[in-house]
Amino acid sequence: MKLLLTGARIIDPAQNIDTVSDILLEGGKIARMGSDLLKAAKSKGTEIKIIELAGMILTPGLIDMHTHLREPGQEYKETVASGTQAAVAGGFTSIACMPNTDPVNDNRSITEFIKKKALEANLSNVYPIGAISRNSAGQQLTEFWDLKEAGAVALSDDGKPVMDAALMRHALEYASSLELPVISHCEDINLSAGGQMNEGYYSTILGLRGIPSTAEEAMIARDILIAEFTKSHVHIAHVSTEGSVRLIREAKKRGVKVTAETAPHYFTLTDEALQAYNTNLKVNPPLRSAADVAAIKEGLADGTLDAIVTDHAPHASTDKELEFEYAANGISGLETSLALSLRLVAEGILSLPELTAKMSFNPARILKLPKGTLEPGADADITVINPQLNWTVDVKAFCSKGKNSPFHGWEMQGKAVLTIVGGEIKYDGR
Amino acid sequence: MKFERKDILGIKDLAVEEVNHILETAESFLEISTREIKKVPTLRGKTVINLFFEASTRTRTSFEIAGKRLSADTINISASTSSVVKGETLIDTARNLEAMNPDVIVIRHSAAGAPHLLATLVKQSIINAGDGAHEHPTQALLDMMTIKEKKGGFAGLKVAIVGDIAHSRVARSNIYGLTKMGAEVVLAGPATMLPRDVRQMGVKTYTKLEEAIGGADVVMMLRIQLERQKQNIFPSLREYSKHYCLNSRNIKLAQRDAIVMHPGPINRGVEISPDIADDLSRSVILDQVNKGVAVRMALLYLLSGGNE
Repeated sequence: MKLLLTGARIIDPAQNIDTVSDILLEGGKIARMGSDLLKAAKSKGTEIKIIELAGMILTPGLIDMHTHLREPGQEYKETVASGTQAAVAGGFTSIACMPNTDPVNDNRSITEFIKKKALEANLSNVYPIGAISRNSAGQQLTEFWDLKEAGAVALSDDGKPVMDAALMRHALEYASSLELPVISHCEDINLSAGGQMNEGYYSTILGLRGIPSTAEEAMIARDILIAEFTKSHVHIAHVSTEGSVRLIREAKKRGVKVTAETAPHYFTLTDEALQAYNTNLKVNPPLRSAADVAAIKEGLADGTLDAIVTDHAPHASTDKELEFEYAANGISGLETSLALSLRLVAEGILSLPELTAKMSFNPARILKLPKGTLEPGADADITVINPQLNWTVDVKAFCSKGKNSPFHGWEMQGKAVLTIVGGEIKYDGR
Repeated sequence: MKFERKDILGIKDLAVEEVNHILETAESFLEISTREIKKVPTLRGKTVINLFFEASTRTRTSFEIAGKRLSADTINISASTSSVVKGETLIDTARNLEAMNPDVIVIRHSAAGAPHLLATLVKQSIINAGDGAHEHPTQALLDMMTIKEKKGGFAGLKVAIVGDIAHSRVARSNIYGLTKMGAEVVLAGPATMLPRDVRQMGVKTYTKLEEAIGGADVVMMLRIQLERQKQNIFPSLREYSKHYCLNSRNIKLAQRDAIVMHPGPINRGVEISPDIADDLSRSVILDQVNKGVAVRMALLYLLSGGNE
């Protein structure tokens, strides 16, 4: 069936398009874009569904390149089905899921299992990320080739930083020959040992062990040097500090193949918010200082930070309703990410096309996915956003099993109201 | 003044008037402990649960005596005898205790913020008896009561706190309390023991003991914990005591009438030399313990609606 979307403001950074127009989807692909499609479609008399989208924003389907789906192994927190339901409700047509499942996604069979579960769920596209090392134990490389053939689009030991510099070097070299990006969770676990929150005034007064910004920055510096030396590509996960932004900016300037992402909580919240020991604010890397938040925004604005990811880390109440020290790290982010990111546009930090690039085109480019554009012939993955819609975050209404959001009760403006994957409507919240 | 608080979770949130009111109430209770019959019926029929997830002799005993002298029924639960070892969460423990209708729950926990979690869950009054490296409000109140008695007040006093500030809840509560009451607080310890941005709490910091205690009216020494050596916070007790032990030589730098305090238990010869600890013209360490009972009586009384 054909789908004609009319009257929306269409934004496609890949083609430098920002215009009110119509777009025709056919056979799961983008067929055409133009202002005269409505008349032409009607006159032909073929079966066509027309959706009127005046006042809406239409972008290439959003891509979250950093999600935790928890399946296999921790289905009480999230499943591929519930996670992809949350994804399409949040406007994401594609998500890449981290390998820290149980067992770890460190071999072909787990990757294939996740792909199979995603097919069954039939909601968003799911791109598994394979582990760098077996069991993410930081000892021995996984079979990158096999993982790639099974559908893995990148490699990461997310959550378990690669402490062994030689292993990281070999991972980057070996992956570069396969053109697989390596995503590095940068954290020196000796510096961060026992840490519960950002080290600074607030950790001091709360009596919680601090995680210094240096724990992140020292590893980013290391990974940049290794990437530079091996002429390979490293992607830095969840950047949270001012120093990290500076290191990446400098590395990019001298031509190192480094890309980087951040998540909405790192440009929205500071460690000051932790004063009531709210475990929904416990996340790794931790919420940082106001200066770090300002630097993250600067890094987004000047292009140092390429992508905005959710780092969707769903947890059950049993993982969070605990003493702060014992509570799990993570924020359930798929269903709030877009609205929080739209605030950057309202604040004038990013233009809407720039934001779209960071949430769609850039992640596609980094993961080498044929996505993130509305060019004719591209997959018909589309997100329609109502920029005026005012809504209140209610975790009880989340599709995700993870209700662990510090944004519960926040007033938001702007929401995905229509999510189309491969030409099929997967979420309709109009 | 009417005391409106449900809980005592820390000194940070207390107003100056509240601190004064607690200290005055405690002062009025001091006398009870000197009687032949050390018991008044004030809290008869009230139940106080001492919920201790961390080993403690002094503080737990002090709370128990305080409750008993006011005729409250006091029940002690320590982590080793509770259901904690069976894997019950703090939330479930709290709800079970709540169902037994106590009036006050006193909690000590190794995790900072645990009393705050408890306070949000149960309707009973919560007293923080020490949470991680966060706060130890009753210790600071008894310290302030001791200082007030010995020095007549707080304004213009210089108080030096020496030792592992980073891991000390006693230091944090005292910093809040003493600065609030108008004293100048200075801290000393090797840089590994001074937590980041602690100066923002309104204190000066020094890495040399001698600099901190110069001209001090009160010198408060903190217990050094041997297990911190494993974390490389300091290389050895030998070296630590050489540079951070309060002794008859360096105490001369403080005011002639300076008092010496310690929250206990003391490591003789490590952070405080025996002759200083036992010098009753200076050392008020046992006065502190004595005041502790009165302060805890005052809090139990105020939180149980004793002044309604």
